[in-house]
Amino acid sequence: MSELDELYQEVILDHNRSPRNYRAMMNANRKAQGYNPLCGDHVTVYLDLEEGVIKDISFQGSGCAISKASASMMTAELKGKTEAEAKELFDNVHKMLTGESSKNGPQGWSGVGKLTILSGVSKFPARVKCASLAWHTVNSALKGGEEVTSTE
Amino acid sequence: MKVAHEIATPGPLMETLDVKKIRADFPILKEKIHGKPLVYLDNGATSQKPQVVIDALNRYYSTGNSNIHRGVHFLSERATEAYEVARQKIKGFVNAQSEQEIIFVRGTTEAINLVAQSYGRSFLHEGDEIIVSAMEHHSNIVPWQMLCEQIGARLRVIPINHDGEVVLDEYRRLLGDKTKLVSVTHVSNALGTIVPVKDIVRLAHERNVPVLLDGAQAVPHLQVDVQKLGCDFYAFSGHKLFGPTGVGILYGRAELLDKMPPYQGGGDMISLVTFEKTHYNVLPYKFEAGTPHIAGGIGLGTAIEYLAGLDWERVAAHEHDLLSYATSALSSIDGLRIIGTAKEKVGVISFVFDHIHAHDVGTILDQEGVAVRAGHHCAMPVMQRFGVPATTRASFALYNTRDEIDVLVRGIQRALKVFR
Repeated sequence: MSELDELYQEVILDHNRSPRNYRAMMNANRKAQGYNPLCGDHVTVYLDLEEGVIKDISFQGSGCAISKASASMMTAELKGKTEAEAKELFDNVHKMLTGESSKNGPQGWSGVGKLTILSGVSKFPARVKCASLAWHTVNSALKGGEEVTSTE
Repeated sequence: MKVAHEIATPGPLMETLDVKKIRADFPILKEKIHGKPLVYLDNGATSQKPQVVIDALNRYYSTGNSNIHRGVHFLSERATEAYEVARQKIKGFVNAQSEQEIIFVRGTTEAINLVAQSYGRSFLHEGDEIIVSAMEHHSNIVPWQMLCEQIGARLRVIPINHDGEVVLDEYRRLLGDKTKLVSVTHVSNALGTIVPVKDIVRLAHERNVPVLLDGAQAVPHLQVDVQKLGCDFYAFSGHKLFGPTGVGILYGRAELLDKMPPYQGGGDMISLVTFEKTHYNVLPYKFEAGTPHIAGGIGLGTAIEYLAGLDWERVAAHEHDLLSYATSALSSIDGLRIIGTAKEKVGVISFVFDHIHAHDVGTILDQEGVAVRAGHHCAMPVMQRFGVPATTRASFALYNTRDEIDVLVRGIQRALKVFR
């Protein structure tokens, strides 16, 4: 598979075409905005956090296929997770995207579940920020930050 | 959309630019990217450098490095002379009246900031208005916003129409008693529009309002004559003009520069310093504090000399051919929409797809060796005007070819395949 095919896998294209949990959340008790000033991508992540558990999560925004798919897959993965689990996943995904961790057997990267599909991004340094924008944003929402998160 | 001009294939009688020869002058064009020949279509961001410029930098650091305007030794005198010769070449390039009007700065951004802080803070007051256009680069917006905050002035914006042309009638309406400065781009970086700056200047001068032109995107494509344009200030960067990064030019009419206070204080800009009072140096040195980018200035002079050796009518015809050919080729791609369809354009094509983000297009093109810009082009208000988050921009220079545009088109088709 070429690096490009690895980046734009069918699953990613599908999440780009029909992003999951793509909506504003009226009853969100946490909300954060992420922004990539280099390319203009922006994302708003909504959380319904109850007793340390992500009961519901959604997002809205505009961006490239990588940023949209990454945000969509993130919401699917994080629903039902505790804050601590979310944080751990964030760290693992971040390491995978930035190439700090390496493939662990045929199943892919450890501790990232289905998100191993995003690993192709690490070959495209210019796109790491696209893939990690939603993650930085959810991290900020979990911390309760009101400030706009920037990938810069 | 309609193609602005019929494509004429140059016939045997029509003298054309020897692009092959020009390409041989730019060593980077032989590079391979991801195993494919580089197709460099990001000239709006920065242009490539001919070997003579690279050699000039190398020669200066290898055999001529020294500080200028201060040494009595041989190398310093020679460096000073080379730097001042570069200034003369630049004076000739824009047809300024004297070298005093050519100020070396870091780039267009610094040139505009210089005018905003020196001229703006001295001669503009609370309630005054500054006019810009809706298609300015951030570097011709933010310095004025900063000035407005400092002195309580107001920024007014000339709207653009759907083709990306300034609406002159609206400009006429904006010009008023409160207008104290007009600062517009000569060529839009995001859309390629050539702005009718002569009209802009004439209308402003009818009211004695000075005009700054941002020429960063104009000088690589158009022959600029500041006296014919009649502008009061003209700013451009070396690196978009086949010269080094980190050096640029502010042209200013001597009469205005003379009454403006210095922008930065330091060495070289003084004639006498005591702790009681400092006397400033004469033009242009008054605005050139500190050791400048000497090699950059010399390199820019070399780039201008290189350009002067080309037949500019042929360059213009070649660039026009590239624009027509690319406009026609891209327009025929299903779902592709060109943003910026002004009648008068340089070789810049910004485009979008409804279902493919510019960033994804950029990455896929890169895999084909094609370098384009994907994003908001430091002109976010332009993106907002057209309701798009970003565009992909192909920007051509004199060394580009029709074959390269074919590679671009094939790359876009690959993107369409990925996102079908």
